[in-house]
Amino acid sequence: MRFMMFMLPGIEADEWMPSAEAVAEMAKYNQKLSEAGVLLALDGLHPQTEGVRVTFGEPGQHTITDGPFTEAKEVIGGYWLIDVKSKEEAVEWAKRCPAGHCAIEVRQIFDLEEFPPDVQAAAGERLV
Amino acid sequence: MDAETRRTIEAVSRIESPRLIASLTRLVRDVGVAEELAQDAFVAAMRQWPESGVPDQPGAWLMATARRRAIDVLRRRSMSERKYAEVVRALEAMPGVDEQAAVDDAQAGEVGDDLLRLMFVACHPVLSTDARVALTLRLLGGLTTDEIARAFLVKESTIAQRIVRAKRTLAEANVPFEVPHGDELTSRLASVLGVIYLIFNEGYAATAGDDWMRPELCADALRLGRVLAELMPYESEVHGLVALMELQAARTRARVGPDGEPVLLLDQDRSRWDYFLVQRGFAALARARAQGLALGPYALQAAIASCHAQARTAESTDWPRIVALYDALAQIQPSPIVELNRAVAVSMAFGPAAALELVDALAAEPALAGYHLLPSVRGDLLAKLGRTDEARVEFERAASLTRNERERALMLARAASVVVP
Repeated sequence: MRFMMFMLPGIEADEWMPSAEAVAEMAKYNQKLSEAGVLLALDGLHPQTEGVRVTFGEPGQHTITDGPFTEAKEVIGGYWLIDVKSKEEAVEWAKRCPAGHCAIEVRQIFDLEEFPPDVQAAAGERLV
Repeated sequence: MDAETRRTIEAVSRIESPRLIASLTRLVRDVGVAEELAQDAFVAAMRQWPESGVPDQPGAWLMATARRRAIDVLRRRSMSERKYAEVVRALEAMPGVDEQAAVDDAQAGEVGDDLLRLMFVACHPVLSTDARVALTLRLLGGLTTDEIARAFLVKESTIAQRIVRAKRTLAEANVPFEVPHGDELTSRLASVLGVIYLIFNEGYAATAGDDWMRPELCADALRLGRVLAELMPYESEVHGLVALMELQAARTRARVGPDGEPVLLLDQDRSRWDYFLVQRGFAALARARAQGLALGPYALQAAIASCHAQARTAESTDWPRIVALYDALAQIQPSPIVELNRAVAVSMAFGPAAALELVDALAAEPALAGYHLLPSVRGDLLAKLGRTDEARVEFERAASLTRNERERALMLARAASVVVP
């Protein structure tokens, strides 16, 4: 089962660049995920102040807004993509993260098999 | 205990148990004793955690609990022996639960070394293949005996006995807790890779039972392979095996039809392949190649799988290249099975008549006697050549030889569908 662990850091954009110590701590954690054979991918994101939001009203009608977005309460700072045996295992890994003043949201990734056959067929061919 | 707590403890076990057993083995110098100590620590956790909640540092809690128990066990066992006295002193000098986490952190690299040693011990040639598989899943996969038993459709007591005997064999043979080096490393690594691939294959094409695949076992093997690739990043064949498993696992959902029947590679709907795993397979194969040596058997098989993965349709498969890769594989690892697969590639590249000659040359091969894919391939070639009666006989023979119900049904269906072209 694949899960996405979203890091929701409780910090402002001007604190976004982490310290060497924090990165070293996190690197140890990432190494543990790797050595356990569960880590598939991970990335950190630029702060939302640099983000852009494309908002759709009626199909085809869009509005472009530059960050920061005032109504956003939880901002994603990065993610880990992991492959584990159960939701409980994903949560156990999230608990092991050396983090403070933040939240990690654990979300399972849909498998094609979970959709009804017509939806699976509509998903069509994916590019290599 | 409620189901949720049980699942949480199982998850903790999967994460912590391999590291725990590896660290304990280094301390007590006996895999069997280490496994029992880890087991006892989990029994204690099962008793206490439902009441107290899962501790913040479950790994440290388990290690401290196992260590306390180790001192008791070793004292009773043989205080007269100096070796054990030393071990007990070392255990007593170690920190309590609170400091354990810091110690674990400081020793992170060492734990990796211990895990690698444990892997080589679990796959030691002094053990039977069955024992290596069970022990590897138990010690390194973090599976319980019950989970292993369910995966292999045998009774839990069978697996438990197999593990007990394996631990005894290792103790009697005085197998050292170390990673072999020099010439020995090559053959011992082959054994480790062989065990992981065997686990994968049992999941990928179950040799017995009602289900054609048991994806959980594939996931366990893939995880073991990924762990090993982290621990031995400079071994080309480790990446080769990971690449092979990623590329094969990518086809999992296309290999089963709506009614659970197997779908063969060339009949698969390639849009159902998992292209995320395909990409991981390509990346692992690139790492295997980057080690700069000639590709070994796993990397070559991965290269063949990657040819299939690159083809958007079955018709656009680069068969001459696959034949060439099988030629290379047959050179370094000659086997009748490789020859049989090579014959299939030859038939696609150069026509069924050329391939039938190759397959007929294998008919007398004792290693293939009773192997259902020999008549299956032969039936396929005969059908393509319009020799329908002979083809039907071969498919029926293949059906009678397989132990997997789904595969038997497929072979019988093919026998029934052979028609005069």
